[in-house]
Amino acid sequence: MRHAFAVRIGPVGFRIGSDWRAPIAHLETLYRDYPKPLDGVPDFTVRLFARRPWRRFLRPSVEIGGDYMLPDAAPLPLRQGLLAAEMAMNLQMALGARRYLLLHASAVERDGRALLMTGISGAGKSTLATLLAAKGWRFMGDEFALLDPATGLIHAFPRLISLKNEAIAAAEAACPDARMGPLMPATPKGDIRHMVPDARAIAAMDVPARPALLVFPRHGFAPEIRSVQPGEAFVRMTQASTNYVALGEAGFRALTGLIGDVSSVAVDYPDGASAIEQVEALWAKL
Amino acid sequence: MGEAVTDARVLARALADPASVVGLDPDGWTTLLAMARAEQLIGTLAIRLDGLAMPAAVKAILADARAAAEHGRRSALWEAEMARRALAAVDCPVIVLKGTAFVAAGLAAGQGRSIGDLDILVPRASLDAVESALLAAGWEWVKPDPYDDAYYRRWMHELPPLIHRERDRMIDVHHTILPLTARITPDADALIAGSVLLENGLRTLSPNGMLIHAAAHLFADGDLAGGLRNLWDIRCLLDEFGTDGLLEEARRHGLNREIARSLRLVATLFGDDVARGVDCFYARRLTARDGWGRPTRPATRLAFYIRSHWLRMPPTMLARHLWTKFRKG
Repeated sequence: MRHAFAVRIGPVGFRIGSDWRAPIAHLETLYRDYPKPLDGVPDFTVRLFARRPWRRFLRPSVEIGGDYMLPDAAPLPLRQGLLAAEMAMNLQMALGARRYLLLHASAVERDGRALLMTGISGAGKSTLATLLAAKGWRFMGDEFALLDPATGLIHAFPRLISLKNEAIAAAEAACPDARMGPLMPATPKGDIRHMVPDARAIAAMDVPARPALLVFPRHGFAPEIRSVQPGEAFVRMTQASTNYVALGEAGFRALTGLIGDVSSVAVDYPDGASAIEQVEALWAKL
Repeated sequence: MGEAVTDARVLARALADPASVVGLDPDGWTTLLAMARAEQLIGTLAIRLDGLAMPAAVKAILADARAAAEHGRRSALWEAEMARRALAAVDCPVIVLKGTAFVAAGLAAGQGRSIGDLDILVPRASLDAVESALLAAGWEWVKPDPYDDAYYRRWMHELPPLIHRERDRMIDVHHTILPLTARITPDADALIAGSVLLENGLRTLSPNGMLIHAAAHLFADGDLAGGLRNLWDIRCLLDEFGTDGLLEEARRHGLNREIARSLRLVATLFGDDVARGVDCFYARRLTARDGWGRPTRPATRLAFYIRSHWLRMPPTMLARHLWTKFRKG
């Protein structure tokens, strides 16, 4: 394609081709400290393209394609091209990944053990992972945690952190030195700004961690902590995995193994500071 | 990346002659993998290249593809079993077609193959009973549009597609192998009479029947989308069963030209023959894919798209059909 960029995020290599320079320029800047795909062969190809030739210039509209595609994915305006690239990369993972059980969760690590946080959009996965990273935890990812069925370990997938709406200011306050992407107002998901994970997260991205704690956070409630029974945790995680069904028996074994290994806890929290305290207290008791 | 490669011939060559991949550079591998994914041949490629020397990254990608194909095989067989149970009380032969048939019969064409919907063939006289039994067992209509429904029932070779409400899998129930509006009218009764019983009570077409169906599907119906995979099916079936009595049987169904074209294009794209005449055009369409997995040659694609409608219905009927579709938006 006209413009191209390749990058490795954790164990996954991507190649992104684009009809426009702008999204590739953003990726080059934000992913500049990341390695290239293993052996020079990416796992997935992503394409950002104009449906019709004139749409490269006239109200330029970015279609999302690649190895794996959704038939009805809506195009995005060019000024949201970076978001289109990130969405397309996530889509390859969600539809195509088979080596790992994909958990829709953020992950941080301390002392070789991983804390997973999962929940619906708005539960605070990205925000909490960012705040914990600012307090000294190693950031492993804010979108997907990769569970290796062979070892039971969590592999990091520290792509750009996708901050939405109020989370943007919260993260900027917590990480004043962080490198940020362009602010993209009024996207289909609200205001979005991408943040580059800290240097430690990138340097250690090939180091997996043993999962120790699974948290189901809920934002906007009085502080409360409830233990989640294994059966409920298992079912909620089947819903939080995009490739659980596709992995078949390996997925079942990996997920039952995970639920058996970790404590599962629901955490209601009113604000970020309170959530950090609650999580640190839980971690200290493990 | 991969500027030297202009189309999917490199993929066809890798399938037919796996040793041809030795010495590929990273861009060459990247191109090959993207094309194979776009043509839904990545699982097949993974099986064909198994054991060859390749970079670790490629090895891991192909191992994933093999695992995915194995899961697809198991799911397809399970779906066939669900249909078998639903139709056990209907007194008619149930013939599984295409990918599901290849894996059910353990054929080379099924190795690594991606399998989408479940396709079955039943006698036209049993259609109503089959439809009722499937509806009772949890399948539902995908297209509740009255025009589409009426169109399928009057003119197509299959019922409107059904989807299972719990398993989310589609079934296409055929009563013959080409639309009723097509100029060629294969003898469905003869195909059913010649079908072969599997251990579980389901049936597949005879080897020649499978080849004739594959050729009809590829060259007498549709616009050749996904055609490279269909041609690879044919190549594997020919390899496994040979051509004994094939042309004679194809002639009885009016599909001898399609079979002859299949044989020539297999020899061209998976062998050393050089395409001649109009076959060149078919070869161009079948390999219209670039190193990013993008469809190429829009004019050729459009020509085959128009041809698919021309094959499918007489001009006045096509005009009426398009007018109705247009008015419905």
